[in-house]
Parts: sequence; C-alpha cells; structure tokens
Amino acid sequence: MNEKEYTEYVEKRAKKSPILKNCLFAFLFGGGICTLGQGFFHLYTYLGLEETDARTLVSITLIFIASLLTGLGVFDNIAKIAGAGTLVPITGFSNAVSSQAIDTKSEGYVLGVGAKIFTIAGPVILYGTFTGVIYGVIYYIATLIWG
Amino acid sequence: MKKDIIKLKRTPKITSTYSVVGHLEKEGPLGEFFDEYSHDDKFGKDSWEKAESEMQKRALSGALKKSGFIDTEIDTLLAGDLLNQCVGSNYGLSSFDTGYLGLYGACSTCSEGLLIGSCLYGGGIVNNCAVVTSSHYCSSERQFRFPLEYGGQRTPTAQWTTTGAGAFILSENGRVEISEVMIGKVIDKGIKDISNMGAAMAPAAINTLKRFFLESEHSPDFFDLIVTGDLGYEGSEILKELLLSEGIDIRKNHVDCGLMVFDREGQDVHAGGSGCGCSAVVMASDIVPNLECGILKNVLFLGTGALMSPMSLSQGGSIPAVAHLVRLSSLVK
Amino acid sequence: MDIFLDYLWAFVIGGCICVVAQILIDKTKLTPARILVLYVSLGVVLTAVGLYEPLVKLAGAGATVPLTGFGYAIANGVKKAVDEKGLLGAITGGIEATAGGISAAICFGLVMSLVFSSRPKK
Repeated sequence: MNEKEYTEYVEKRAKKSPILKNCLFAFLFGGGICTLGQGFFHLYTYLGLEETDARTLVSITLIFIASLLTGLGVFDNIAKIAGAGTLVPITGFSNAVSSQAIDTKSEGYVLGVGAKIFTIAGPVILYGTFTGVIYGVIYYIATLIWG
Repeated sequence: MKKDIIKLKRTPKITSTYSVVGHLEKEGPLGEFFDEYSHDDKFGKDSWEKAESEMQKRALSGALKKSGFIDTEIDTLLAGDLLNQCVGSNYGLSSFDTGYLGLYGACSTCSEGLLIGSCLYGGGIVNNCAVVTSSHYCSSERQFRFPLEYGGQRTPTAQWTTTGAGAFILSENGRVEISEVMIGKVIDKGIKDISNMGAAMAPAAINTLKRFFLESEHSPDFFDLIVTGDLGYEGSEILKELLLSEGIDIRKNHVDCGLMVFDREGQDVHAGGSGCGCSAVVMASDIVPNLECGILKNVLFLGTGALMSPMSLSQGGSIPAVAHLVRLSSLVK
Repeated sequence: MDIFLDYLWAFVIGGCICVVAQILIDKTKLTPARILVLYVSLGVVLTAVGLYEPLVKLAGAGATVPLTGFGYAIANGVKKAVDEKGLLGAITGGIEATAGGISAAICFGLVMSLVFSSRPKK
C-alpha cells in the first residue's frame, strides 16, 4: 500500500464525529449565547446606552462570563459538548485568551502570560484588523472618486 | 543474509518494576495494580513539567527499592519522555548518582530503553541498568496541543495521553528474561492527522512484526500475548486487519496498552491511551508481573511511537513512526 | 411580541452561524483557528459590501455576538473613521472599534491567570 492508498484507507475506516449531534448542540448553545447577548443588549439600551456602546458592553459582558468560566475550569467541559456553539461567539475568543494566560503563568507573567497570551487568539485580531485596513483604503479611494 | 533480530547470548532479567500514575489511570481497569498515584496529578509540584519529573523520580526510587539496589550500583540509566529536551527525565533523575542516557522515541521510548538496556547488558558492557519513561496528560497537552482550559472538541480517533511513569531494573536476577530484540525503522505513510496517531503508528508496528515473523522460528500463535504500546482502538484495528491481509493472524493474542489502561466506554478517552507512560505503566503493573508468576510465558512487546512534531506538521509534514520490539519470556516453570 | 421576535431571531441566526462552523470543523480539514480567521474576515467583507447590516437589523446580537460580528464592528469602525479622518481612519478605525472587546479579553485573562491555575480534566 502506498502513502495515498493508506491515507485513503485510514480516512475511510475512521469513525466520524457525530455531525448531527454536534450541529444540534452548536445550534442550541450558539443560539443561546446570542439570545443572552440580546438580553444584555436590551438591558443596556434600556439603561440609556446608545446602540454602539451597548453592543460593546454586551461583548465585554460575555467575554467576562467566558473568562470566569475558563478560570473555574467549567468552560472546556461545556465546549466539549457545544463545539462551535461556544467557539464562534465572542466567548470562544475570550476562552482562547484566558486559557492561554492561565496555562502559561508557570513560565512567568512577562515571558509566559505576557508573551503568549495571543498565541491562539492572535490570528483573529491580525486578519480582522488587516481586512479592515484594506477595506478602509478601498473605501477612502472610493470616496475620493465618487465623493 | 542480514539479520534484523538481535538474539542476546547474555540475557538480562527484569529484576523489578514500579509504576506511578495520575487519577484517571487509577480509576481505570488496571487501577489496583499501580504502585503509586496522585489524586490531582500534581505530585505536590507547582507545574505539570515538574510533576512529570517527580513521577520519574518516584518510579525509579520505587523500582530501586524493590530490587534491593542503590543508585550507585546501577551502571546506566536509560530514560525518556515526550517533552522538549526530555525535561521530565533530565530533572527528575538528576538526584541519582548514576550514568544517564536521555532517549527520545516518542511513545516507543519504553521499548527503546528496554532494547538498549538489554543490548548493553547482552554485550557485557553493563551489569545493572534502569529504564524509566513517563508522560503526563497536562504537560503533553500544553506542548503538543492546546492549553488545558481551552474549549475544543476531540474526534473519535483522538487518543488521551496517559499520566504515568514506569521504571524497570535490568540485572542478572529476576524471573523474566529478555532474549531477543528488534530495532524499528522509521516508517512514514503520510498521515497528517494529529487526532489519529494510531493510524500513523500502525504501519511501523506492521513493518517490525512482519520482519520479526519472517525471520523468527516462531509463529504468532507461539506467543501468549503480542502487546503493542499505544495504537489505541483505531491503530489496533488497522494493525490486525493489514497483518491478516499479509497472512499474519494476531487477532487472538493481540492486546494494546492504550486500550488496557483506560476504560473506553466509561472514561471519555476516545480511542484509548497514548504516551511514553502508557506502555511503561501497563508493562510494569500488569504484563511483567504476569510473566513473573508464570501466567504468561512468552510475550512480544512492541512499543510504538508517533514521532510527531507540531512544527513539522504546520510546515506541511506528516507523522513518522517507529516501533521497537522486545521479546520477554517467563523463567517460571 | 416584538421583543419575543427579537430574541427568536437572535437565537436562530446566531445558532445557524455556529452550525455552519461546526459543519466546517467536522467535514473539512480546516482547523478551528482557520475557521475563526475566515469568519472575522468574512464579517468585514460582508459588512463592506452591505450584506451584513440587514442581518444585524434582523437578528441583533444573533449577528453581532458571533465572530463575524467582530468583523462587522471592525468594518463599521473603519468606515466611520475614514469619514471623519480620511486615510488615517483606515488604520485606526478597526482597532478602535474593537478596543473594548480586545482590552476586556486580555485584562480578564490576566486577572484569571492571577486567581486560577490550570487543572487536569475530570
């Protein structure tokens, strides 16, 4: 058996992840987190915050909850079931930062936590920001041309 | 013709063994047979790497105590683990006044150590030597995968790194002898899936076993057990299926340490255990004691190692593997 | 009744965005990290071409809480900043708009690392 045949053989026989179950839980947890976010949004706008600020505060609230659950060692147990349901909402970003921070503290707060805090979450910030900058430049040129 | 099987004229005996494990292994099917465990996997230390070193230290101390030797009577220490620079062994064993050789063979390190130790003894170079290997779930997750608190999902073929250290003392005294060994070749069949290490290792195990049975006077049936290190469910199935297609049937007497150390149904470990500590603690607590009392007579131990490097994987590389073979026989009539 | 619909849409749209990612994880070789990068970039692009705003209008937090919403915030921030400051805004707008989230994540992360230690899985 050559490499290609073996790889195909292995992939064919490997038990697949239970995708229907995973999708169901991703939907329920993901939807649930967003609904919770919507609840906070209503609360914050009710308290008089304007829309953009309320959205930012919703993010911060969810980030705090996810960060705390990470610290308590609960988040990974939920994520095991929820999959993309906790990964894709802002909670996943928070967990990526907090888990890395907690994990690297044995190497110290500067070269451990400080240097490695973005190891998992960094790509999102980099490519999000970079795509944003490109959009900004295009948008600027467009405003120059069409006013 | 070149011979791959190394037949030892002067055969070392396994004088004593000692196993140290974490809480999950203690709760597993072999729980009662382990010599020592830590309920929080920390072994009283403040980092996972230090905990792993502590396991090695306790394993060697325990094995020495059982054998009646003291550290200065041991000629060579053969030790290894999964961590960068083998820190588990380097730090764990620095307090012993013994010559030290650090090994890296990923999860095959236990068999690699027994193999080298047997050859050194067989060649008359050393009289007493010790083999210690370990792995720790938490230090391995950190180094090879994600932080412990990171929320991710595992696929069904993923394996669970065993927290444990096993130590073996080889000398002229003992009821289990190592008579033959065979050095594995690095086999790479192009598997890139970090969550299916069993499939990456199976071809190496197949290669070594095929070469062994081609040359050996014994057929697979002669052995009470053919013990593989940590192929897990997936790798074991591939091994048995592909060997059968080559005319070698090991379905009746094959066992895998990765499947023995955990209860796959009751413990959430997916395809089974893995790591240098996996085969070490199963051999030390179960297989060797059964040889010592004569329940088992002839055993082939095939340590399997996935020589996986996260850096090579992200550069597009695949996972090479190696499998070393050690033949153990009971001297109890 | 309107409030109820708000929550329903947030739940359904938010859930669906997660399900798409789950399918990508299970069915393709894409790692979660790549999927998240894809999501945030896609959020910027969809907002830029005007497709994401209607989704936010409909689903509220269902569209802003997932990582595509992070991209939405970046794109909106960039647009606003360019309108105010010209080309300089293209550089500053994205980070400015997401400053709250990033700052919160790293500060809470540091606090958690001061308070908690990692533990083995049960």
